Amino acid sequence: MEKMIRSTKKPILLMSHLVLGYPGIEENRQVIAEMVAGGVDLMELQIPFSEPIADGPMIAKANQDALDNGFKVRAGLDFVAEAVKAHKIPFLIMTYYNILMAYGVEEFIKEAARIGVKGLIIPDLPPQEATEAIAFCQKYGQGELDWIQLMTPTSSDARLAEIGKNASGFVYCVARKGVTGKKTDFGDDLAKFIKRCRAATNLPLAVGFGVKSAADVSQLSELAEIAVVGTAAIKIHEEQGAKAVGEFFKGLR
Amino acid sequence: MKKGYFGSYGGAFIPEILHETFQQLTAQYEAARSDPAFWAEYIALMENYSGRPTPLTYAANLSKQLNKEIYIKREDLNQTGAHKANNVMGQGLLVKRMGKTRVIAETGAGQHGVATATMAARMGFECTIYMGAVDVERQRPNVFWMQQLGAKVVPVTSGSQTLKDAVNEALRDWVGSMDTTHYVLGTACGAHPFPEMVSWFQSVIGKEAREQIIKLAGRLPDRVYACVGGGSNAMGVFQGFLENQEVELIGVEAGGKGISTGQHAARLASSDATDGVAQGYRTFFLQDSDGQMLDTHSVAAGLDYVGVSPILADLHSKGRVRFIAATDDAVVEALKFLMKNEGLIAALESSHAVAGALAEMDGLADGSVVIINLSGRGDKDIFTVADALGDPGWRQFIAQKAKQYAGESS
Repeated sequence: MEKMIRSTKKPILLMSHLVLGYPGIEENRQVIAEMVAGGVDLMELQIPFSEPIADGPMIAKANQDALDNGFKVRAGLDFVAEAVKAHKIPFLIMTYYNILMAYGVEEFIKEAARIGVKGLIIPDLPPQEATEAIAFCQKYGQGELDWIQLMTPTSSDARLAEIGKNASGFVYCVARKGVTGKKTDFGDDLAKFIKRCRAATNLPLAVGFGVKSAADVSQLSELAEIAVVGTAAIKIHEEQGAKAVGEFFKGLR
Repeated sequence: MKKGYFGSYGGAFIPEILHETFQQLTAQYEAARSDPAFWAEYIALMENYSGRPTPLTYAANLSKQLNKEIYIKREDLNQTGAHKANNVMGQGLLVKRMGKTRVIAETGAGQHGVATATMAARMGFECTIYMGAVDVERQRPNVFWMQQLGAKVVPVTSGSQTLKDAVNEALRDWVGSMDTTHYVLGTACGAHPFPEMVSWFQSVIGKEAREQIIKLAGRLPDRVYACVGGGSNAMGVFQGFLENQEVELIGVEAGGKGISTGQHAARLASSDATDGVAQGYRTFFLQDSDGQMLDTHSVAAGLDYVGVSPILADLHSKGRVRFIAATDDAVVEALKFLMKNEGLIAALESSHAVAGALAEMDGLADGSVVIINLSGRGDKDIFTVADALGDPGWRQFIAQKAKQYAGESS
């Protein structure tokens, strides 16, 4: 995805996120269309897991509700394939490692590549455990399927360098300590953290966790190539419906 | 073998944000482990505060009835009434070394929560306990004590509202609070170094039991039984005998309403669990074909858990520890049997070990020496046990009490 990200003329790209099967696949279809119409440039589709340890209460609840509504991984992948065909933007799959293990790690990655997914984000598979998965991405993706690494403010410079070494596509910078959805303080700390990330990688940076307004996005455009909008969009969707999600994204940039 | 792995199991499958925290914890744990003064301080504290060494009680009546030599390791006599004290006091000493001021913990039956709250009170830490809302409901007395001890108890309403959900919620807290906070994981599960570290603190059980059985019976036991939820009390007692292949080690899991009903928590004793990664580690989980964790069932909240210690998963795959399951019904019978015959009130969790042992005594040669690890006492289970026994006097008492409270509040 690096080339696509580099080629943009926009001040910053927007990456949105949604939980598959929440509140339902039909609703997902509408929200994706609204997001694309609203100018979203990349999209994370989360395959629900019963133990989402890296997610905050709102997304964790969405995971559980999707499972309670009968979400199945195979049907979810079919839907991802449909979304990839219907829209021109790159889609990424976000999920937890056990979903890959249950499907078969190699099979899952092969399938993701086959249906045209551009990246995988697996927050509970740290770099030292990901060697095999990265190799499968290279084997089946042929340069078209990126294994997205995460950098965090708590990582030491040495650790950031290690993460940067194995990164491709872009690097996902977790802007705050804590789970998804809480308020990020876009202060000096963020600028310092981004500087440390830049020193560890030449790839474009996506900054996530807590982005919810045009002001947030505008401030981020000086620091990063991609702003990640997750929980805020889920909240808008819950409170005002699918249509409002498109309007929300139009208003962000 | 990779660090933190036991065969194929274990590891540290954690969000990157926690990487440095685990590095720091691992370094502190390793430093403590290689420092004989730390273990000496730990033992002195446990002797003075928790009544260690706990006795190895000769079960004279059981032994006579069953023609065996049966000994019971009395972890129920610890401070707060369970082996959980061994782990929390050890981690408390580590927290002091790390200079942190707040502790958080998950709890199932509430025993680990109460133990953590006492440790926090004693050592002067702030304390928050995460507990599944279902467990809050069935273990109300422990919630009461945690609050009295000064801990904040947070009922967890996500997922199945039991132990695994409490673990997830505690991890979420930790992700945002690690600068000041240590997560006192309650069992030999989770990401490295927890399985190894918790087992180390619990090894005090096996060290004592080994010395005691040699003194009392004049030899090593033929069999050792322990209940297995996460696996910390089993790891504790088994470590005293792991090197002696002639000692058979048996883990007893929650058979719930019976393995065939699917309503159980038997990970290693049934063929229902499969290899997976969740909550930071790789082991056998009760999960569906998509990798989603299943709801488990046990009359004992502390055994009602989807995963099992990666160390036990490895010992199981090597054939060193054998696993069986005891049903809810058999467990209640075992609890009654031990009360009537030995005057010991075992926790429902620990009664699984008793039930497992009783079920297998027929096939064992007369005079065989058996140790049952009694991981905790049963007072906390009074509501559940009274329900299971359908005791009319107790019902009447509760009804009266309820009437009295209703009168006061209106």
